[in-house]
Amino acid sequence: MKSIAELEEIRKKTLDKINMSAKKDGMRIVVGMATCGIAAGARPVMNTLVEELGKRHINDVPVTMTGCIGVCRLEPIVEVYNADGTKVTYVKMNPEKAVRVVAEHIVNGRVCQDLTIGAAESAGK
Amino acid sequence: MKDISLHVLDIMQNSAAANAERICVEIRTDKNTGILEIMIGDNGCGMDSELLSRVDDPFSTTRTTRKVGLGIPLFKASAEQSGGSFEISSEKGFGTKVTARFAIDNIDRPPLGDIAGVITDMAAAYPEVGIQLLLKNGNQKFEFDSRQVAGQLGEVPISEFAVVKWLREYIGEGIKDILGGVLNEINS
Repeated sequence: MKSIAELEEIRKKTLDKINMSAKKDGMRIVVGMATCGIAAGARPVMNTLVEELGKRHINDVPVTMTGCIGVCRLEPIVEVYNADGTKVTYVKMNPEKAVRVVAEHIVNGRVCQDLTIGAAESAGK
Repeated sequence: MKDISLHVLDIMQNSAAANAERICVEIRTDKNTGILEIMIGDNGCGMDSELLSRVDDPFSTTRTTRKVGLGIPLFKASAEQSGGSFEISSEKGFGTKVTARFAIDNIDRPPLGDIAGVITDMAAAYPEVGIQLLLKNGNQKFEFDSRQVAGQLGEVPISEFAVVKWLREYIGEGIKDILGGVLNEINS
């Protein structure tokens, strides 16, 4: 059985890493996690985002949850806030698309245009 | 909703939106009655009796983005269709308590789902809120409190990947220990 005291080791290990990376670019990811998002599958999307960032040892991009973003028909929605304050809204997400967003947008800085709300809305017209 | 953990997450988000400082999830099973009880309680802003009376109506919501609120109605329907019951009590200024009961062996009871992931993610997403979990089956119990974790971690945030991974495993073990074999989807 694990014990909370084991966290002490993780604390020591992670502390140095945090000091080194200290919020270098201020990018962050927000997942819509209200009834609409959860029902549409936002949980697996968020799990994938966290796992992919973990795999790549990216410690300075927090993944947080928010309530209803307002376009429930396009859930699951993932918003990526760039360091310069601009925001990209990805819609109708799934775990596979989440892998792409981490690899292309977060790591390489290239927006996945085909997954954005703009692409989804113009395709629907 | 595919499983009970998603309902729990949904209701916990309500608690967070109600500015709760403490959100407590209790999962109890009773072999004699065959009932699985899920309780989510908070010390958030609460609801007055007028709002409380219409809260299980899908066309009632406090959100401003649209006119329907399905979280509570869906949880209620899920409990009631699996031979269980649903209660919600609240006091303005003191908090809210949501209780759903499921008949464990009912064919329509959804599986428990990823409770460990939900509790961990809530603890990581709301570091200022005390997230508590209590699992109870007969005399066996497992308790978790995110405040204790935060105290142990000091300046390291709970959202740190290594911490998230560890917490999921830690809570997952607790679930296996207490509910394994009692709920047939969890191996003991």
